[in-house]
Amino acid sequence: MKKILATQLKKRLTGVISLTLVAGLLLTGCGAAQTSQPAATTSSGNTSGNTIKVGILHSLSGTMAISEVSVKDAEMMAIDEINAAGGVLGKKIEPVVEDGASDWPTFAEKAKKLLQQDKVATVFGCWTSASRKAVLPVFEENNGLLWYPVQYEGMESSPNIFYTGAAPNQQIVPAVEWLFKNKGKKFFLLGSDYVFPRTANKIIKAQLKDLGGEVVDEEYTPLGFTDYSTIINKIKATKPDVVFNTLNGDSNVAFFKQLKDAGITSKDLTTLSVSVAEEEVRGIGAANMAGQLVSWNYYQTTDTPENKEFVKKYQAKYGADRVTDDPIEAAYDAVYLWAAAVKKAGSTDVDKVRQAAKGIEFQAPEGQVKIEGENQHLWKTVRIGEVAADGSIKEIWSTGKAVKPDPYLKSYPWAKGLSN
Amino acid sequence: MGTYLLQIFNGISVSSILILAALGLAITFGLMKIINMAHGEFIMIGAYVTYLMQNQFLHLPKSLFGLYFLLAIPASFIVSGLVGFVLERTVIRHLYNRPLDSLLATWGVSLVLQQLARNIFGAPNVDVKSPGWLDGGLVLSQGLQLPYKRLFIIALVIVCLLSMFLLLYKSKTGRRIRAVMQNREMAESMGINTRRVDAYTFAIGSGFAGIAGCALTLLGSIGSTLGTNYIVDTFMVVVLGGVGTLVGTAAGGLLIGTANTTLEFLTNASLGKVLVFILIITLLQWRPNGLFNISSRSLDD
Repeated sequence: MKKILATQLKKRLTGVISLTLVAGLLLTGCGAAQTSQPAATTSSGNTSGNTIKVGILHSLSGTMAISEVSVKDAEMMAIDEINAAGGVLGKKIEPVVEDGASDWPTFAEKAKKLLQQDKVATVFGCWTSASRKAVLPVFEENNGLLWYPVQYEGMESSPNIFYTGAAPNQQIVPAVEWLFKNKGKKFFLLGSDYVFPRTANKIIKAQLKDLGGEVVDEEYTPLGFTDYSTIINKIKATKPDVVFNTLNGDSNVAFFKQLKDAGITSKDLTTLSVSVAEEEVRGIGAANMAGQLVSWNYYQTTDTPENKEFVKKYQAKYGADRVTDDPIEAAYDAVYLWAAAVKKAGSTDVDKVRQAAKGIEFQAPEGQVKIEGENQHLWKTVRIGEVAADGSIKEIWSTGKAVKPDPYLKSYPWAKGLSN
Repeated sequence: MGTYLLQIFNGISVSSILILAALGLAITFGLMKIINMAHGEFIMIGAYVTYLMQNQFLHLPKSLFGLYFLLAIPASFIVSGLVGFVLERTVIRHLYNRPLDSLLATWGVSLVLQQLARNIFGAPNVDVKSPGWLDGGLVLSQGLQLPYKRLFIIALVIVCLLSMFLLLYKSKTGRRIRAVMQNREMAESMGINTRRVDAYTFAIGSGFAGIAGCALTLLGSIGSTLGTNYIVDTFMVVVLGGVGTLVGTAAGGLLIGTANTTLEFLTNASLGKVLVFILIITLLQWRPNGLFNISSRSLDD
């Protein structure tokens, strides 16, 4: 009797597993079939007609929608503003919005569709490094142009991508240096288990070795992980001066909530996060994060006239309860930088725009930014901020001037051998 | 010393969360044999009900705010239970004895419910502010603090387990449920309305998932994919414990929970998870029907 039940159960379970697999295959298959189009490579955008088409490619559904929807909103706002001021080259910009659905193969398919079928002049898009790596070959193959608005792990510089977020030397490296000087030598590295945190921690370990610091522990948790009681216990046991946090997504909420419940506040332990901005603080709850540190290039409170204007317009358009943050601002800048490059080039041709973009400056909400021709990243000011009780972030330290982007950390002797 | 004591507490705490999440499934999968992939979404519904309840209380005087959570527990049970009832009546009743079809159908339902939640509440996760009386913790000694929230969840699990035991084994309703699950034809010929029993059994199971969702708001944020994080773990708990036994579910949860935290403490989070899965597979090789298996005629259909 037992045997019969066992085989039944086994059958059922095998059925479950194979069905799930088949269903998964079917789903991706459908996605692929839907969007594969006859290849028609083109390097010049579609400029015929009265509009210039540009692509917007973000996750509007799935786990990354939390972050990417507001980035899309910022890009749409910039396009509207430019159109209201007369457009570029006498033509209006027409956005074509596609949903990457937090799924990397979908990102690649949608990128192909935008470039080959819609023949867009450029694409603003992606958030995670995984999605950027997925679309990179598509952009290189079709000679397209992607504007990527998020800080990332560096070690990349494609001629078909402009990076408007921070390179590691504009966020992580200065943050480690500042913490080492002001908070202590013992670091606990905590991150989500994928390419960005692992690469970031490789950089931090090399830097700390050079500075004479110590890594007491290095922990990775799967994306979406929610129980940090054991990790918090490990933090208590190893007594670090600083927890350097590269967790991504919802895990941050669980980590900071549970840290507070364990009786640990910013007075007992310094944490610095590089993937938590104003938008994420809202989800974590300001009370759970008050006093903790973050490192970015821009905060909603950044004191420039351009930023006051930017925040006012953003909230007027999308609601007074919305916040602006670093990736939102970087995405907004990207649209203006592209428009300026097109004006300078007098064309939307990718090669001409790329040439014209070198050295272009823009008075952004974060202050003056400039495209570095050598690696297509931006000169940006680095700012360390502290989360206030109301959820805003106050700047407590900044480089004061824009820092040259160095994605491969070539100017740091200790970083030798990291880039391969 | 404190570190190890705290680690033991963490093990119990994680186990309690797993048991709570799996309790509903112990009924819908354990008793009714429905592979319900939408179980996680009932957890999500419970969590969003708690969020809505909190928002209602924001309009009331501040002194009452702490009470919202006590009301949210029965509310999430009722709402999740109702959705479960509707789901049983419209979809699942047509799929009894067709496990693979019900698997696909409930998976579809789970996708629909997730998208629905996204449309109603928006894509960004929402935060539930826990009531003031659950902040802080019980300080045993320097550096050894047991958060009230986790103690509360442990207590909640004990209450849920007890009430489920009383319901299934000591009440008239429970006797009917067990009669139908054990021998449908015989129960029918005894005059039990099996269709109705099916519907409210499924509703009760879904309701318990709702309570789990309510408790989870204390630990993390609430989003449409909340349930998917738990679906695999809950199935593991029920299968490991032994399909169809309440004691098994409790034991399965306790074993997976403590193994999880201990192995995570000794290695790291990713490797710990792998080792737990290996442990489960090994245990199932040794006892294919789970730790606590009722070998009775009733299961031999």
